[in-house]
Amino acid sequence: MASEAIELRAHLMRRVGVGATRDELEALEDRPYEEIVEELLNPEEPANRDADLFDRYFPALRSPDVPVGTSSVWIFNIANGGSPLREKMALFWHHVFATGWYKGEHGPSIITQIAMFRENGLGNLHQILLDLSRNPSMLSWLDNCQNHAGDINENYGRELLELFSMGIGAYSEDDIKAAARAFTGWTFEQPIPLYPTGGYDSSFIYRADDHDDDEKTFLGRTGNLNGEDIIDVIVGQEATPRFLGRHLYNFFVADEEQVPAWSIDPPRDPEAIDQLVASFTESDGDMTAVMRTLLNSEFFKSARYQRVKSPAELVGSAIKLANWPQDPDPAILTWSPATAAMGQKLMDPPSVEGWHTGKEWLDGGTLSERVNFAVEQVMDTSKPGVQSIVSRIASSNGAVEPDAFVDQVLDLAGPVPASEDTRKVLAEFASEEGPLTFGSDDEREHSEARIGRMLQLVVSSPEYQFA
Amino acid sequence: MAKINGKDPVLVVVQLTGGLDFMNTLIPYTSEAYHEARPTVGVAADDVLPMNDTLGWHPAAGALKELYDAGNVAVVQGIGYENSNRSHFRAMDIWHTTEPLKVSTEGWLARVTRDIDPNTENPLTAVSFGRGLPRALAAPGVTATSVGDLDHFGLMTKIEAEQERAQDLDIFKRMYTPSVGTGVVGDYLAQTGRDVLAGIDMLRDVPSQYSSTVEYASNPIANALRDVARVHTAGLGTRVFYTQHAGYDYHALEPETHPRLLTELTQALSDFMADLREHNASEEVTVMVFTEFGRRIKDNGSGTDHGSGGGAYIIGDHVDGGLYSEYPSVKPEDWLYGEDLRHTIDFRGIYGTVLEQWMKMDPTQIVNGTFEQITPYKVTAA
Repeated sequence: MASEAIELRAHLMRRVGVGATRDELEALEDRPYEEIVEELLNPEEPANRDADLFDRYFPALRSPDVPVGTSSVWIFNIANGGSPLREKMALFWHHVFATGWYKGEHGPSIITQIAMFRENGLGNLHQILLDLSRNPSMLSWLDNCQNHAGDINENYGRELLELFSMGIGAYSEDDIKAAARAFTGWTFEQPIPLYPTGGYDSSFIYRADDHDDDEKTFLGRTGNLNGEDIIDVIVGQEATPRFLGRHLYNFFVADEEQVPAWSIDPPRDPEAIDQLVASFTESDGDMTAVMRTLLNSEFFKSARYQRVKSPAELVGSAIKLANWPQDPDPAILTWSPATAAMGQKLMDPPSVEGWHTGKEWLDGGTLSERVNFAVEQVMDTSKPGVQSIVSRIASSNGAVEPDAFVDQVLDLAGPVPASEDTRKVLAEFASEEGPLTFGSDDEREHSEARIGRMLQLVVSSPEYQFA
Repeated sequence: MAKINGKDPVLVVVQLTGGLDFMNTLIPYTSEAYHEARPTVGVAADDVLPMNDTLGWHPAAGALKELYDAGNVAVVQGIGYENSNRSHFRAMDIWHTTEPLKVSTEGWLARVTRDIDPNTENPLTAVSFGRGLPRALAAPGVTATSVGDLDHFGLMTKIEAEQERAQDLDIFKRMYTPSVGTGVVGDYLAQTGRDVLAGIDMLRDVPSQYSSTVEYASNPIANALRDVARVHTAGLGTRVFYTQHAGYDYHALEPETHPRLLTELTQALSDFMADLREHNASEEVTVMVFTEFGRRIKDNGSGTDHGSGGGAYIIGDHVDGGLYSEYPSVKPEDWLYGEDLRHTIDFRGIYGTVLEQWMKMDPTQIVNGTFEQITPYKVTAA
């Protein structure tokens, strides 16, 4: 059975990525935990390294339906890229700054937005919010392009405060109006029209003649405030790391209530949030420092299987378990539709609130999709991940008794912490045909099929729904 | 249990996500204040489909106007609640839980489902179509089936060997037992797993049994209402159906978006009623269409921002068609906060109306109080 060191590293990799193969975990087993965290926080791989490779394989990635291809490749990169945390931080910010691509007729700008999160996601929050406020996809999604001096559109101003930084209760309706006025003139250049040439990106432009230069008061600061000033004030408010800290906790540590409840109910672990707030304050808003605090904390290390996997994580964990494909393959393009069927259409959230997480990922329809997808990934026993599990079990000396058969599959697939009941049901199934044997080719083939079926049952289990 | 011609009353809820612009659906076209406030998104008096001397339908709502003219639509004018919340998410939460002042995890339709089927004898008592289960249908211990794709609803569908699949499903069932659950999420997950199996068995033959001469359009709300028709006409005992139509948050480009959505919605509703009538399955059904809030009175030069004082629509064969409650005053001196329509009836009274008068249930515990009702039905269950 796996050592505590393996279990802890498996937990870490499930959270900063979508899990790791047993070979990868064994390579980490003897390295100091904090050193692994440092490496994850400071990846050497350039961001988005595979963009050109995938473009060569899949010219369709540049079609107007761009997000399907690109978000599939995103999942591939979380699972197989050299910098899982960077990809996962991009996913985190996409959950928080939920932007949908369909509204603007320049789909590529959502791809640029996600690439931006990949680059700046572990940077300073001030820069992250500034980049976000200048992102054409966001400017279009929340209508800041329609926010004019003397004719404000408060959509971005409101959500910047309510959903992207401080949360309800930390500001007034007047602050929203002041924020909206401060962001007047922040818009994007008209992109090349979608038809007939296809989607093109846009770029930020500041129109000084459309900016409201009158005095405004925002959370106590008065003056001819511009967008930068608003962000400056926001980053200095304690409400900001408190709210975003709870987002980090919900995304990386353990399931929280849904966001609308946060202004009313206290966090699941108030001390954990305090630690994140302190780290944010000490580092002046450096997300790398905050994530270092989080990943090295006891509250993180002990929170195993405390989160329901998001659809992107469920898909990612299943393809990581099968460990196929490791190179561009058309199968990859089915992953984004798969997460959509499970309730998470990447780059196209249901609203600016993003997705409800935790238990709300699970209902009859989405559970069926999750089980069906995961089973399909491990059905083919020739996939490298399944083969690796078969080889490890086959390498035991002699026959493998049914109990050991169950325990080894549960261990190598995670370790997955099966409840007594689940284990009992699986053990009954294992004992139907007695011990696994690998003496002859026929025996090996039969045992391989049995291990494959056991894996299918393990990924169908209630426990596998958690990370 | 009260019946309509021997059939159990059925409620179909249609949620319009994002905030339907009530003022631009049923338009006060003779009001100068309306036209002044909405130079961009306003509909010219000549373009509306007049209902009376002061109100007219948006030209894209023709299909709903026909149902209205036939006497099948009760328009609930000015629906809302005190201190209407302008956040989509909090507002939708309030509509789903009937709790404007605190966060609740219990949806009102989940409470309805629990009242109808306290021992969860039928996993299809409440069925929701579309992405995820709405909070309105979620509560601990309450089963509601969520169907993303009625035509491919099943478990382990990729396993081709029948015997293997049957064994896997049996093992699945035993893994998802109540005792597996550790804590609330585990219990919920175990229950969900078992409900999936039961629902799959019941829904398997629905698509092949259904046929209709009604040709629905292809868009999310038309697809969802067609699915409601398919399941309802299969007679599986479903009492609460839930569907959603998204995209109404038109801060920008409202003149382009609003008519498209209204056309999709009203045509789908009209096709749905025609389909049910063709199957002699309409008279037991009442449809309630709602949205989380109305929109700001003044437009913003391209669209409208979040407001209050919206509208709801109750549709059915036995509806006493007409206007209910009062249209919120459009006079600038009456505007709430100087910019919003004032609500004229509380939404919990409309839920109460449908529950008490149509579903024949006591609404007090479900909507958490007693609220003013309307009388939109000519005939009710007896």
